[in-house]
Amino acid sequence: MNTILLAFDLALFLEKLILIAVIIFASLGIALYTTFAERKVAALLQDRSGPNRVGPFGLFQPFADGLKLLMKEEIIPNTSNKFLFILGPFMAMTAALMTCAVIPWGNQVEMFGRTIQLQIADINIGVLYVFGVVSLGVYGMLIGGWASNNKFSLMAALRGASQAISYELAMGLSLIALLMLTGSLSMKTIVEQQMDSYWNILYQPLGFLIFIICVFAECNRTPFDLPEAENELNFGYHQEYSSMKLGFYLFAEYIHMFIGSAVMSTLYFGGYDVPFLDESTLSSNVAALVGIASLMAKIVFFLFLFMWVRWTIPRFRYDQLMNLGWKSLIPLALFNMLLTGALILAKSGL
Amino acid sequence: MQALTQRAKAVDRKPMTWWEKLYLPSILKGMAITFGHSFKKRPTINYPEETRPFSPVFRGLHVLNRDEEGRERCTACGLCAVACPAEAITMEAAERIEGEENLYREEKYAAKYEINMLRCIFCGLCEEACPKDAIYLSETFAPSNYTRKGFIYGKDELLIPHPIQDPEGYAKAKGLNN
Ligand code: SF4
Ligand code: SF4
Repeated sequence: MNTILLAFDLALFLEKLILIAVIIFASLGIALYTTFAERKVAALLQDRSGPNRVGPFGLFQPFADGLKLLMKEEIIPNTSNKFLFILGPFMAMTAALMTCAVIPWGNQVEMFGRTIQLQIADINIGVLYVFGVVSLGVYGMLIGGWASNNKFSLMAALRGASQAISYELAMGLSLIALLMLTGSLSMKTIVEQQMDSYWNILYQPLGFLIFIICVFAECNRTPFDLPEAENELNFGYHQEYSSMKLGFYLFAEYIHMFIGSAVMSTLYFGGYDVPFLDESTLSSNVAALVGIASLMAKIVFFLFLFMWVRWTIPRFRYDQLMNLGWKSLIPLALFNMLLTGALILAKSGL
Repeated sequence: MQALTQRAKAVDRKPMTWWEKLYLPSILKGMAITFGHSFKKRPTINYPEETRPFSPVFRGLHVLNRDEEGRERCTACGLCAVACPAEAITMEAAERIEGEENLYREEKYAAKYEINMLRCIFCGLCEEACPKDAIYLSETFAPSNYTRKGFIYGKDELLIPHPIQDPEGYAKAKGLNN
């Protein structure tokens, strides 16, 4: 007992607590503004001007939207399972936020005489953790869709679940090839390796292609937004939801996008690494800031890509989706794995 | 088989080639197109700040006219109300009394004159029917309102500003300054 108490470092505890608060609020804020960016980008690509009424350039629009959602009447259909109905959006949101924990947002900063790692938890199975938590997100959708007691919602939830399972497979396989290269499951180590040599995208272009397609599917973004499918399933699994519970679902999607972008940047694009810059020449705090900025720039690019794709291509048909997942992506990912293995073997053996 | 029209197009049922089945090339092509659109000029008119230019014969909100001395021209003859296909105009006449010559041009005037802008179809027949040049359709349109009542315009909203007391407003309502 005593040893546990001694090992308990209050300062570390506080530091992590503050870091958690900052990161959660930051990702909420970013998700808030992603909704705004989505509308602006949609407008941009469709020759419109988008929301521009609330505040300068419409910058306060997300707050107006949020307020609107909060003010709406809270409706729980009386044929639904109330407990699960409320649990659904809660699960979706929690799962979406939990992923932030293992992403290295930057290198360490020095503050108040302490070195603070800009990562909540550098666990040695970071990549696995992300996978585990992301698959939990499906439960939010599945529970919400089932508890609504509505045909469309149930159909959408089932679609969502099968889609997530099919694409997680290909995603995992494409990642294995990456992990064969890095030899580590810790996100931090993966970034550090990329800082010293080239970004992983150069070694794993095919793997990245598969990975990004699967991320699109995992985030339920067009062209894989079958669980939502505005025009055939009438908003799918969150059809019966109103008020802030609906807001949670919508918000979770944007946080998923944000985290997905962060994971892609971390695994394949060097995380907080700035290309052609030797960070060791800068002071540690400046380097950390530059690193955060570079990671954010990469994330913003991926977020834009998400939106760009959404406003360009139509949705897949369900059979096409399954065909693509099982008959194309999984074999491709397997092939990529074999190729990577063969190359590693050739390099070390010869 | 001969096509019935020249626009008929044979449906291509060839199975997709390997290149097409990749989807990615066509997706990239589509993305290039949408990205190109982000540099195009937007046709949007940001309404309250910008307005669409109207043609000189645009029929908008009504104006009850005054003469050069600022007297109301309308004599409450009711011809506009009769001409109105939408029955949007109602009025009550009153007799001009001694000392009101500077207010009303004719011996009889409209004590109450209302146009229901929700009924009005802006056809301009009232303007054509009026023998006294008292009613005109201007180049503005009725602003939005929260109640139906707000769309019933009375004399205070319809009357043009006084040409002597408020020459600026008068010129503006007449569209003289632009
Ligand atoms: S514009 Fe036409 S509809 Fe409107 S008040 Fe005049 S006559 Fe009636
Ligand atoms: S506006 Fe013209 S037509 Fe209508 S009542 Fe007055 S004078 Fe008569």
